[in-house]
Amino acid sequence: MIFHLTLIFACQLAGELLKAGLDLPVPGPVIGMVILFAGLVVRGGIPDGLAKVGDAFLGNLSLLFVPAGVGVMLHIALIGEQALAITLALIGSTLATIAVTALVMSFLGRGGQAEKTDG
Amino acid sequence: MGEGLRDIWVYLAASPLLALTLTLAAYQTGFWIYRKGRLNPLLNPVLIAVVVLVAILIVTDTSYATYFEGAQFVHFLLGPATVALALPLYRQIERVRKSALAITVSLLAGSLTAIASAVGIAWAFGASDEILVSLAPKSVTAPVAMGISEQLGGLPSLTAVLVILTGILGAALGPLLLNLLRVKDMAARGLAIGTASHGIGTARALQVSEVAGAFSGLAMGLNALATAILLPLLWNWLL
Repeated sequence: MIFHLTLIFACQLAGELLKAGLDLPVPGPVIGMVILFAGLVVRGGIPDGLAKVGDAFLGNLSLLFVPAGVGVMLHIALIGEQALAITLALIGSTLATIAVTALVMSFLGRGGQAEKTDG
Repeated sequence: MGEGLRDIWVYLAASPLLALTLTLAAYQTGFWIYRKGRLNPLLNPVLIAVVVLVAILIVTDTSYATYFEGAQFVHFLLGPATVALALPLYRQIERVRKSALAITVSLLAGSLTAIASAVGIAWAFGASDEILVSLAPKSVTAPVAMGISEQLGGLPSLTAVLVILTGILGAALGPLLLNLLRVKDMAARGLAIGTASHGIGTARALQVSEVAGAFSGLAMGLNALATAILLPLLWNWLL
């Protein structure tokens, strides 16, 4: 277990180093995620120990952003001033994103199915 | 409060243990309410925990900095948790291979729509730059969104709350909108929900169908990656 925990931390550390060294715009942990993903592809599977440690993190993922969320108390005034813009942006953008993604995917997916039945 | 109690309070407030325990307890409370409410997305456990904790801090006149001294131990785990997102992504690798082109195109379309529409609408209604940056990654899973927001000069804590609200909106309104648009393909439904509303939407999609859930989880991971790469480039290009 400690080995796989170390592996996850090492991926993050490598990500942070790459980000700093190459001046990449992507957050270090995301680069770490890509490194781990590439490792899994090369290895051709997820080791049991890694699955245990990783799923322990992911199973409680939402707990981890509580401390940051509480930080919203520092910005209550700012949010109050711009509440209308924020509310409309959240609702409008969420609906637009769902509609665009679903329509493009079902259009392309249909094309793919039609090819299959034709062929 | 008597003198003795006050002494105990002062002692506890200075130690990281109290903030840490309160964070876990507030989340447990939120999760209990969420389960009692049959996983209704409006009863999001993180949102409940945040409201409870902010109320406690205000009532006890505790600063966020003091609270964070303890809570940082939880916060720190966001980094490794982001790395661990490689696992669900890898588990979907077969599905990606099968319809790679359709997924890539729809995901990029959705990812760009999420960024452009959020920033565009907020800008049209006069939001400040700080709010615009904090809003831009709102469809991405919280740990990644916060990283992006911080990097571009936004407010990561505001981003965290906006991400959660987006997740709740997508989980609550997404299925209704998809019915209205007559999208019946479970792969397309899942992909759309995951792109727009990350893990909270994925949890909801999983309740409906396994295929929708898998595609939603896949979209969550891919959109995190796409936004982390695209948004800083777009932002530097626009400014």
